[in-house]
Amino acid sequence: MSKLHVTTTINGEPTEFLCDARETMLDVLRDRLGLTGTKEGCGSGDCGACSITVDGRLVCACLMFGAEAEGSQIGTIEGLAEGEKLHPLQKRFIELAALQCGICTPGFLVAAKALLDRNKNPTETEVRYWLAGNLCRCTGYDKIIRAVMDVAAELRGATR
Amino acid sequence: MADIRYSAPSTIDEAVRLFAASGGAKILAGGTDLLVQMRSGAVSPGHIIDVKRIAEMTSIAEQNGSFRIGAAASAAVIGEHAALRKVWPGVVEAINLIGSKQVQGRASAGGNLCNASPAADSVPAMVAAGATVTLQGPGGRRELPVEQLASGPGRTTLAPGEIAVAITLPARPKGSGDAYLRLIPRTEMDIAVVGCGVSLTIANGACTTARVSLGAVAPTVLLVDGAAKALIGSKLDEAALEAAAAACRAVCKPIDDKRGTIAYRTKIAGVLLKRATAIAAERARSH
Amino acid sequence: MSSQHYKWIGTRPNRPDGADKVTGRARFGADFNMPGQLVGKVLRSPHAHARIKSIDTSKAEALHGVKAVVTAKDFPEQPNQIVPAGEMQANLRDVTRNVMAREKALYDGHAVAAVAATTSEIASEALALIKVDYEVLPHVIDVDDAMKDGAPILHDHLRTDGLTPPSDKPTNIAKRLEFVKGDIAAGLAKADVVIEREYKTAAVHQGYIEPHATLASATEDGQVQVWSTTQGHFQVRGFCSRLLNIETSQIRVTATEIGGGFGGKTVVYLEPVAIRLSQKSGKPVKMVMERSEVFRASGPTSGGTLRVKIGATRDGRIVAADTTIALQSGAFPGSPVGPACMCSFACYDIDNIKVIGFDVVSNRPKVAAYRAPGAPIAAWAVESTIDLVAEALRMDPIDLRLKNAARKGTKTHYGPTFNTIGMVETLEAAKNSPHYKTPVKPGHARGVAAGFWFNVGADSSAAAHVGEDGTVTVISGNPDIGGSRASLALMAAETLGVDYDKVRPVIADTSSIGFNFVTGGSRVTFATGLAVVNAVRDMIENLKGRAAKIWEVEPDAVIWENGYAKPASSNVGKFEPLSLAQLAAQAGKTGGPINGHAQLNAQGAGPGFGVHIVDLSVDRDTGIVTVERYTAAQDVGTAIHPSYVEGQLQGGVAQGVGWALNEEYIYDAKGRLQNAGFLDYRMPVASDLPMIETVLVEVPNPSHPYGVRGVGEVPIVPPMAAIGNAIARATEVRMLDLPMSPPRLSAALDAMAPKRAAE
Repeated sequence: MSKLHVTTTINGEPTEFLCDARETMLDVLRDRLGLTGTKEGCGSGDCGACSITVDGRLVCACLMFGAEAEGSQIGTIEGLAEGEKLHPLQKRFIELAALQCGICTPGFLVAAKALLDRNKNPTETEVRYWLAGNLCRCTGYDKIIRAVMDVAAELRGATR
Repeated sequence: MADIRYSAPSTIDEAVRLFAASGGAKILAGGTDLLVQMRSGAVSPGHIIDVKRIAEMTSIAEQNGSFRIGAAASAAVIGEHAALRKVWPGVVEAINLIGSKQVQGRASAGGNLCNASPAADSVPAMVAAGATVTLQGPGGRRELPVEQLASGPGRTTLAPGEIAVAITLPARPKGSGDAYLRLIPRTEMDIAVVGCGVSLTIANGACTTARVSLGAVAPTVLLVDGAAKALIGSKLDEAALEAAAAACRAVCKPIDDKRGTIAYRTKIAGVLLKRATAIAAERARSH
Repeated sequence: MSSQHYKWIGTRPNRPDGADKVTGRARFGADFNMPGQLVGKVLRSPHAHARIKSIDTSKAEALHGVKAVVTAKDFPEQPNQIVPAGEMQANLRDVTRNVMAREKALYDGHAVAAVAATTSEIASEALALIKVDYEVLPHVIDVDDAMKDGAPILHDHLRTDGLTPPSDKPTNIAKRLEFVKGDIAAGLAKADVVIEREYKTAAVHQGYIEPHATLASATEDGQVQVWSTTQGHFQVRGFCSRLLNIETSQIRVTATEIGGGFGGKTVVYLEPVAIRLSQKSGKPVKMVMERSEVFRASGPTSGGTLRVKIGATRDGRIVAADTTIALQSGAFPGSPVGPACMCSFACYDIDNIKVIGFDVVSNRPKVAAYRAPGAPIAAWAVESTIDLVAEALRMDPIDLRLKNAARKGTKTHYGPTFNTIGMVETLEAAKNSPHYKTPVKPGHARGVAAGFWFNVGADSSAAAHVGEDGTVTVISGNPDIGGSRASLALMAAETLGVDYDKVRPVIADTSSIGFNFVTGGSRVTFATGLAVVNAVRDMIENLKGRAAKIWEVEPDAVIWENGYAKPASSNVGKFEPLSLAQLAAQAGKTGGPINGHAQLNAQGAGPGFGVHIVDLSVDRDTGIVTVERYTAAQDVGTAIHPSYVEGQLQGGVAQGVGWALNEEYIYDAKGRLQNAGFLDYRMPVASDLPMIETVLVEVPNPSHPYGVRGVGEVPIVPPMAAIGNAIARATEVRMLDLPMSPPRLSAALDAMAPKRAAE
């Protein structure tokens, strides 16, 4: 079966890969590019563990074909920290114990960053609804929501 | 394993040509249904035609008060269109209820329509709005009221090789408003147990036009003329609302399934009619 | 609070694995790969109950790229007897049949064959080429139906254990249990109020976000390596050893990071299959379940039917408590009916108790442990009934519970007498919580319920090593499912008197540390924590000996204080204290590496009690319930890392809210699971919940040096009844069946409406 050749940018790095037409972006990231920080919880867009951004838009990598990445800017959890400096969300998630098992954490972080990129001052309700597509079975969401609200406040303070 | 092709044409003509040329091809807009269906083995297309590189299919244009929404425009893009949101808040809200924020980044109104699920969130709102869908196939273009596109669960009246290109929402008079409500067991991430779209115009305190539609209570989304008739001419008083709700309940032909019972869906159709009408009326009065 | 005199215990430092887990570096089950690995996939039964007449795998085997195919024939038969397997009790006859169906497929999703192929696509294609000749048999899903005469029988050999006289009739009732304390008839005779109701609960899944995954590599010389997402890699080793007749020393299992388990990852599904495929193909084999497979073939916990009868005197004293609990075990015996029976009335000091339990097989996946297995099901019925008693007596629900609360010296109906417990303190804390003291808002209603779990001790091993710079590695063998590395490091730092960040906790594979029982039963911080403390104490003895050698004094003339060896008194001589780093630097001269070890069977796991308060509103037109405010109070022993203790409470509550309102296994008429996905198996999402307030009641466990009690299980026990009780107060409708989903509650409200109108 002949493969498609895709040229894209992942976390700022020009990247090329070969994939089958039916292969999802999630499979490409995990199995072809070794970017296993993006997780698979359901494969049907119902859990958000595979959240990535495509040209700044939050999407589920399991609901996108690898071929569609052609010419796009892809963002994954591996691109969240800057060098050795964790993103404020990553830092606060650790400090507030906003993770227990950690499987949903990459998806939550990517989704939360996409929210804060758009809305610097979300209400608790807005955060909860924005993150409704990310399932967490461990935390009851409490500490996750607090961490995101905290970081939003912190970022507002920093840019003031 | 059967071979599979992927194409991303840049014009509608090319997309139609590719689509008509290959049996077993599937149009890829947001892909939020297609990829799930492929994974479950429900469909296995030989050719995936990605229409998101076609500018006309992903953009939104306003002309003399009407809006033309590219069939593959994502829900997120639609939700960010301020002018559209102002005129058709119910339609935009409905489209913005499809799935999570992640799904919103991809899912489209055209895909939601052509997937032909009776529970599709955007469709009752578009039906109530009197939207039309532009189809292009090997035989040229045609327009269809959106309620005529689905013929049953997962089945459409699309001719072979035909693609949904755009959805048009008509211009509307002053004093108009629309709303869409759905019932889901959780607050998010569910398929509608019942959905209800209402679009109406109020002049001098009385309802002058109305369209009502219901989702997830029959094999296709229903346009409920009886409910509209009950509202038109009334001051949207309790008696009119109850008559409209009764008309909604009367047209329901739901099923018992994992998402709801016949009795529950029928009851909720009436409840949502009243609630959606109140929101639409409030919007009409302030529009 | 008890933690005030500690330096590290009770603080909230960053977890040692935090950076790995927020950057995507942490490697979970599906993140492990080996060169040349194959993809393994399972063919599953589409029938709820069917005889397997034959399986033809020849076409699949002939497909290019297929390297191995296995069916039940590839797994040795196992005896029909309960044996220890990785320290768990299991009937290996049943376990091997659950891993791969033998004579019959017993549920929709039951594994019947598996393949290993070079790609995922080829493996899928191969599954489609396997021809299974099924004879479809009548099936039974519901526990009440399964107990009826004439019900389809799953296992011809099954007889009810515990019947007097014994029966020789084939049955689906695997076991009958009975616990009696006092005289139930005499108790009821004294009661002024007697309430009796029958309840039902639905089967629910643990719902961990990470699907089961494993990678197995069997080499030609008989050695096996396995990477598995599991709550107990020693259990994986034990089961695989038994099921495949491989000596335990030949199997090395590494626990990957684990994406949730809640009890559901304490058994084996894929691992023996992956090993067998690897043995047959000569290649490493990786297997990852699809989400639908997780729902159809792993977990869940039982649904059941319960009858509860409680009698109380007018002054609020419960004088008789009687319950019968019948639980689904799934396709093979082994529901948590035992713990359900034992936990049922454990919160209370009641003179007359009678509890009868039934373990019932039906054509569902074999149940697995789920957070306080059995206890939430019993609590749903018992705590709802107690609320009815409170209503009948017009008593505050917390006051009624206080009046009857178990305390130190209470003899339980299942045997033990409680030592120091915190039921009374927890009830008082709930009563004094900001939540309970705030009047209920108009349009809201409040519910209260309590819950109990034993907590578990059992086997743990640990080691502590000092590096040449005096920093410490603490090695244990329990997968960290929710921050236990941090708790273990805190206890090690406290014991050793060094800073938390000088201690690095590591989880070793099965060949690198002694046996550890599963991460489950809320045992790790207690039992493995105790092993870590003992290992560090062992190391301290060693350190003291080194200081003694340097000072040329007797070892017992040296004490260890705040990370330093010091002379026990001025009589010993004048010596500058020696730090860990100083002792480590001289280790070579004083006897070589400095290590400590411990192994134990931990006794005295302190039981935990929880009291939950919920305020909610009900949309009467739709039956939709909105949780407006929630508080969980719990006797947590000493909170070692309070953030993760709070997190356990909050997570348990969220699961309980799902169990209460929406989660359920739904089957069609053919016995096929209808909602094998997150879309229609409705777990709570972020927008479904409010913040979850916690009240940590610290009643130290006398059997642990730092007073640790397990905390993870209790919080899932009260929520269903708390919510049901609040709904009853909001609507006057008492829901008896779970889940209280919108269609169900709406129907109940509609059924009430004419009655209300008539009044």
